[in-house]
Amino acid sequence: MEFLKEIEEILNRYPDRQGALLPSLYVAQKEYGWLSQESYEAVAQALNLPPATVKGVATFYAMYKHKPMGRHLIQLCTNVACMVMGAERLVDLLKNKYGLEPGGTTEDGRFSLVIMECIGACDKAPAMLVDTDFHADLNEKRIIEILESYK
Amino acid sequence: MEKVLLKNIDNPDSARIEAYEKSGGYSGLKKAFEMEPKAIIEEVKRSGLRGRGGAGFPTGMKWDFASRDPKFPKYLLCNADEGEPGTFKDRPLLEKRPHLLIEGMIISAYALKAEYGYIYLRGEYPHAKVVLEEAIKEAYERGYLGDNILGKGVKFHLSVHQGAGAYICGEETALIESIEGKRGQPRIKPPFPVNVGAWGMPTVVNNVETLSNIPYIIEIGGEAYSQIGNPECPGPKLFSISCCVEKPGVYELPMGTPLKEIIYEHAGGIKGGRQLKAVIPGGISTPVLTPDKIDCPMDFVNLPKVGSMLGSGAIMVFDDTVCMVKVCWRAIKFFEHESCGKCTPCREGTGWMRSILERIEGGFGREGDIELLQDVAMSIAGKTFCPLGDGAANVVLSFIRSFTEEFDYHIKNKKCITQ
Ligand SMILES: Cc1cc2nc3c(=O)[nH]c(=O)nc-3n(C[C@H](O)[C@H](O)[C@H](O)COP(=O)(O)O)c2cc1C
Repeated sequence: MEFLKEIEEILNRYPDRQGALLPSLYVAQKEYGWLSQESYEAVAQALNLPPATVKGVATFYAMYKHKPMGRHLIQLCTNVACMVMGAERLVDLLKNKYGLEPGGTTEDGRFSLVIMECIGACDKAPAMLVDTDFHADLNEKRIIEILESYK
Repeated sequence: MEKVLLKNIDNPDSARIEAYEKSGGYSGLKKAFEMEPKAIIEEVKRSGLRGRGGAGFPTGMKWDFASRDPKFPKYLLCNADEGEPGTFKDRPLLEKRPHLLIEGMIISAYALKAEYGYIYLRGEYPHAKVVLEEAIKEAYERGYLGDNILGKGVKFHLSVHQGAGAYICGEETALIESIEGKRGQPRIKPPFPVNVGAWGMPTVVNNVETLSNIPYIIEIGGEAYSQIGNPECPGPKLFSISCCVEKPGVYELPMGTPLKEIIYEHAGGIKGGRQLKAVIPGGISTPVLTPDKIDCPMDFVNLPKVGSMLGSGAIMVFDDTVCMVKVCWRAIKFFEHESCGKCTPCREGTGWMRSILERIEGGFGREGDIELLQDVAMSIAGKTFCPLGDGAANVVLSFIRSFTEEFDYHIKNKKCITQ
């Protein structure tokens, strides 16, 4: 199985099995789309760790998802620089245009929205990630244009 | 000043090994391999380099401690978590100058006799991950990484460890926990990571920018390096400047460049010619400054004299249209979200401060709220394992101290002074 092979490769980079936990959770998240109980158990088994340890670690970190996500994940920064440059208006816009609330998913399953803490692009604020694509210098017009290219 | 850290940054191939070698890259490494590991540590001590991650600890001294510990293997960890709001200075190094960092890490590892290294990269930088992994691959192919580097019998293995969205993992002991596959909660110090770090072994944690200075120090020598900028904390420094300025961005300038010069000359002044109201000089955790303080040189020794800190060198500029209560609220909302939950004062206190600020900002402030905020902040400061709680307390106390009138106005008039 591809999943186990990837984890084996990760294990080579760490002196013990738990070291491989964070990258393995990313692999599982890619494989399953989100981290379900089933995926915790798969990781636990692959790394020989108690499932509770796996879940306990996974739930600490904001970028592991514990419920199903839409096809595209919007991670929008609203931290100080982005806020000063107008990010709150963009949050309102997503609510009005797509019915998309922070932490929520659109009814058609197209987008999920997560409010993210500083994305490290304060010079080009407001900024966001859509999946792994970075977009900056957003305004009301631009964000819609960008999002419309994600189907 | 000739650029050291951001050299060739405009070359579209700056991240590739050929371009890096062509501009003299990896020559510092070759020179370093002709030196004794101890001599490299001495050179770094002589350079006066202080850590660029925020705390400003002397790098040579840290290395000395780790190298004196007899335990092996040793680990070298690069802190690329860059989570401090306002900070985006490591990003160009990671995305455009990965080989400078890798060269710096190999030299450091050789000096420390560290055989394994990880770059702890924040999850929010997926592009940097691709660039770094490609660069590491190139470095292995050229024999700069592996079991027998350049045939000199030096062993160093390097990989990227991707974080997953937790600011606290930038704190060095939480970072170590996270690399070990645990929840990112800080450890008590002592013991310090230089003795008991990753997997219980001697470990050096250094910031991206710190490590990226190493090849240059080896190239020109510690003595020459110590003459750059403020001799008390010398070197080139990356400043990230954002919010209400004409030309936000990352600027490489000598340590000790006055804040005023950075804002008005390099960043083009206040946006739209408006009035300057406040500056956070070193990332959100550092105390806010009023415009009368901006003659201060930006370095580790001078900013404390005006009541703030250099931190990560992330300058956030606010003009007279920005509400200070709102900025304070958003900053504290961040700390509440990022508190790891280990220490009660920080876990509970950040939430209380956020909720008080929220009601003041929303026009529901009560008489006594300012004193209450100060009281909660004082109950956090100095009472937590790591400085995250201090950062949150700093924000509240410094905003209230510098903008008491504005907080008062908000409470009395149920609206903002800027409206
Ligand atoms: C809450 C918190 C967050 C931190 N975040 C970072 C960070 O993102 N990057 C960084 O280099 N240092 C960060 N630090 C500082 C590190 O603990 C540590 O001092 C630094 O990585 C040491 O490297 P240096 O000596 O090269 O600066 C943080 C510290 C605290 C308390």
